[in-house]
Amino acid sequence: MPEQHKLILKHADSPGYTPDIECYVRHGGYEALKKALGTAPRELPDGKKLSAQEVVREDVKASGLRGRGGAGFSAGLKWSFVDRRSGKPIYLICNADESEPGTFKDRQIIHKDPHQLVEGMIISCWANDVKLAYIYIRGEMPHGARLLEKALAEARAKNFLGKNILGTGYDLEIYVHRGAGAYICGEETGLIESLEGKRAYPRIKPPYFPAVLGLYMCPTIVNNVETLCHVKHIVTMGPAEYAKLGTPNNTGTRIVSLSGDVQKPGYFEIEVGKVTLGQLIFDANFGGGLKPGRSLKAIIPGGSSSKVLKAGEVFKLNRKGADGQMTKVDVPLLDLPYDFDSLQGAGTMSGSGAIIVMDDSRSMVDTLANLSEFYAHESCGQCTPCREGSLWMAKGLHRLAHGDGRKQDVEYLSHIAQNIQGRTICAFGEAAAWPVLSFVKKFKDEFVARGEADEAAKSAGPSRELKLAASPNPH
Amino acid sequence: MSNAATTAPAPAAPPPVEKIRIKVDGRDVEVPKLLPNWQGKLEPTTMLQAIQIAGGEVPHYCYHPKLPVAGNCRMCLVEFGTPMIGPDRKPVLNEDGSPKIAKSVLPYEPSTPRGAIACATPISPGMELYPNSPATKQMREAVLESLLINHPLDCPICDQAGECKLQEYSVQHGQATSRFVEAKVHKPKAVDLGPRIVLDDERCVLCTRCIRFSKDIAGDDALGIVNRGSYNTIAAWKEGAFDNNYTLNTVDLCPVGALTSKDFRFKMRVWFLKETKSVCTSCGTGCNITVGSREGAIHRYEPRENDAVNGPWMCDAGRLNYKWVAREDRLKDVLIRGAKAGWNTALKEISAKLAAAPQGSVALIASARQTTEELFLLGKLARKLGALTDSVPRLGEGDRLLVNVDKNPNMNGAWLTGVAAVPAAGGRLGLIAEAIRSGQVRTLIVFGEDVTKCGIGTDLLAKLETLIVSDILPSATTATATYLLPGCAHAEKRGTFVNAKGRVQKFMKAVEPKGDARAEWEFLHELVHNVTGQNGFSTIEGLFNQMAAEVPAFSGLEWAKLGDTGVTVQI
Ligand SMILES: Cc1cc2nc3c(=O)[nH]c(=O)nc-3n(C[C@H](O)[C@H](O)[C@H](O)COP(=O)(O)O)c2cc1C
Ligand code: SF4
Ligand code: SF4
Ligand code: SF4
Ligand code: FES
Repeated sequence: MPEQHKLILKHADSPGYTPDIECYVRHGGYEALKKALGTAPRELPDGKKLSAQEVVREDVKASGLRGRGGAGFSAGLKWSFVDRRSGKPIYLICNADESEPGTFKDRQIIHKDPHQLVEGMIISCWANDVKLAYIYIRGEMPHGARLLEKALAEARAKNFLGKNILGTGYDLEIYVHRGAGAYICGEETGLIESLEGKRAYPRIKPPYFPAVLGLYMCPTIVNNVETLCHVKHIVTMGPAEYAKLGTPNNTGTRIVSLSGDVQKPGYFEIEVGKVTLGQLIFDANFGGGLKPGRSLKAIIPGGSSSKVLKAGEVFKLNRKGADGQMTKVDVPLLDLPYDFDSLQGAGTMSGSGAIIVMDDSRSMVDTLANLSEFYAHESCGQCTPCREGSLWMAKGLHRLAHGDGRKQDVEYLSHIAQNIQGRTICAFGEAAAWPVLSFVKKFKDEFVARGEADEAAKSAGPSRELKLAASPNPH
Repeated sequence: MSNAATTAPAPAAPPPVEKIRIKVDGRDVEVPKLLPNWQGKLEPTTMLQAIQIAGGEVPHYCYHPKLPVAGNCRMCLVEFGTPMIGPDRKPVLNEDGSPKIAKSVLPYEPSTPRGAIACATPISPGMELYPNSPATKQMREAVLESLLINHPLDCPICDQAGECKLQEYSVQHGQATSRFVEAKVHKPKAVDLGPRIVLDDERCVLCTRCIRFSKDIAGDDALGIVNRGSYNTIAAWKEGAFDNNYTLNTVDLCPVGALTSKDFRFKMRVWFLKETKSVCTSCGTGCNITVGSREGAIHRYEPRENDAVNGPWMCDAGRLNYKWVAREDRLKDVLIRGAKAGWNTALKEISAKLAAAPQGSVALIASARQTTEELFLLGKLARKLGALTDSVPRLGEGDRLLVNVDKNPNMNGAWLTGVAAVPAAGGRLGLIAEAIRSGQVRTLIVFGEDVTKCGIGTDLLAKLETLIVSDILPSATTATATYLLPGCAHAEKRGTFVNAKGRVQKFMKAVEPKGDARAEWEFLHELVHNVTGQNGFSTIEGLFNQMAAEVPAFSGLEWAKLGDTGVTVQI
């Protein structure tokens, strides 16, 4: 039976483990930092010399670490894009905004093992010549912010942070910045604007790629909490050993947030790709199955923005055969390995690692209406397609969910969503459009039936009582 | 642009411009690799600039060539393709040897084209742009549809009707019907944004042009957005606090009818307005303007783009300074000792008096608000009479954007024609006062100034034998004139001003003068002829060209060569 593999959460949930530095150091804390700082420069076979920092950056690339914030982008590659010749300071920002519905993993680290994040950040900053870094934490997590402040003070007192860190001559300061509580502050360029004290309007790319024109128009790295923690383990284990965790191109572990209609919702750390969606939902080590008498209807596999998967779906995925050739194989939904590539192959994404399970008691219309209301409320409103489209979809769905639907609402909704995705400033456009596109496509019958029933009721007579509640999103 | 009049050596040939070859709607075009951005700094050429060079158009709301790029309206989305690169990093070729183009598609849905915002996306060699493809048109239609769902569609009562980009693009690029069946979002109407601006938030398309202008051009971070998503609303940081000297430019910038000028609101349908090219007279900057008039009445000034002077902007004070032209108390009659007279009689009498005046017994004070041609004629007259001349300085506050400390629009004209004292205008006014007091000066000619406000009080004026005054509005000086000749506002005549930086700019006649008032250069030309015997030109073109031949700074200039935006001369 597959089990959790606790790397990041190794100590966090063990009895008696506390978030203070003494406890962290007792458990081997800050040894990775010492190791990193002592890294020897390396000469490559082609004669090229790598500085100690470059060695760590190369190691992160070699580890195969992919971002845990949503897009699953290679961390090492992201670091390699940083403009190191501009003469401007380089900033690093830890994205601790964790607001994707269904996601509750970063807060485990922040609340239970903040020093792990701090150590991961210090190593990442040192490797990238960063002298000033920020932790941008979601406004709704005041306790986490206090814990981080305390952890930073403790690290400073022990000279893991501040001036001349451990006698190496390296200076680094890290500040905690609390957001005011908006989903869009998690989008990296919106976050940067917010950190600069402005409205969190995401920036256009080009020209404002954070690696070149980020915070205060300086080169900037934005990484997720969990991503930065992994850097510590890559240093400890070495990239080759780390890459043995998980599966090729999907290395390491990741924390999965499991919620919805399962017996045992919660967070589970797994080796990426070593556990299937079915196991995550049904195995006793994880979700423990559905509620009694219920059957599976749908899975949102990577946070509320990811496209929904329907029970019974079978996907054609690329698999490397024994002969090394790529072949297409049929993979049923529940056999999908939970990793970046398999979920992308299934037409969705593992996103923030949040799985939301829906059983047959759920109405897809009502669920989608709820999700769309969230996106209408959280759209920053900067660009036309998302600003107008997200509320438009929410209003249409509200109507459909409250007895005033039409049979053509399926086309109506997908038309609106199609005109958002790919046309906006930031990926929020996709986040708002994808649930709608996937729900109405995969559960079309359910949506059409609701519309038809409403139309039939309307033509049956005027005495019908409209269930229309207040319009969504009265701000 | 002609540089004939500058004495500076001809500039060295500019370095060759690096070009990029691209295709626009299948046509090969070569465009510069770099072009000026909103600040004039060279930056990689954008798709929008390239398409414009190719003679095409990209509809847009948020983009403005003189504002930082925002990229928020998404109206300029354009389908494009780039040359395919093989695994060997070499271009992939078609059968015929031409490079294979990979059209941009959504990474997660490769059957769907992906557009790029033309206003912010740089071009690259071999790129193909499709500003008129079905996919581009669909993206445009979709943006328009989105913009219209919450729009009140109150065009019949909207001030912007006729100049509205929403209206215009909907006709050109929109669909006839909307699918929208939900309730519209309601937002504040008639918001008092500042002393001169009213905002209708329901009409606003949230392009942020007004915000960017105020923050990045005017340097006043007064506007912003409140609320979120579809409820986004433009607001001043405090109600009524949008109050800098440039607020009205946002009315011009607003692509729809959301921002309106309190001054112009509901007064006039714009398509009734006659437009005349002119120049603002309220300071030495000489912002280029368009005078909007109807049936002899001026209804508004708007800035007219001139990168050598004002760019596309002007200040609020200058813009609103047109009402005096229609003042009830404008001087309309020729008066001789207070009695109504005819031009012929007055000019004949004045000519005779001046012709008989002994050398040095006449002094002349002209205004640096007169046109260069008028000052030139006055200068001629003065030289013939051996008259002391000067003009009146008019200094005030300037700013870092446009407003000049000199409130005379033609101080340089007054200097170049030799009328004003150097180095400081007004430097000879004391001398003139003294000469009147001593009785040496018996005749004073005053054009467009109230000399009682600059050291030549009514007591001194009373000592004169003859006081010849031309003006537009009544003053203590006009009240004591022996001869009062009603002149014209600049909007009622043609002529030129030389701005503080030496730009010679012409302006055209927008409205007819009131009553018997005549353009000063017309009657001055007659007077100069009578007194000096020299034959002048009876057209403004001829007069200007004659002046150019006689005044060294203007040598080589011609009226026709001034164009709409003027020529800079050495000052
Ligand atoms: C609308 C939106 C919200 C996001 N919210 C978060 C978030 O709360 N936390 C996070 O780590 N990344 C979030 N992201 C992803 C970030 O933009 C960014 O890609 C990520 O922080 C990079 O870190 P990583 O490479 O380590 O994953 C969001 C993206 C979008 C488009
Ligand atoms: S896509 Fe939505 S959230 Fe992103 S910038 Fe545009 S309006 Fe804002
Ligand atoms: S008021 Fe006008 S200029 Fe300002 S954001 Fe709205 S539409 Fe744009
Ligand atoms: S800056 Fe001077 S010239 Fe320009 S509009 Fe203002 S007053 Fe007129
Ligand atoms: S013009 Fe608005 S996005 Fe380009």
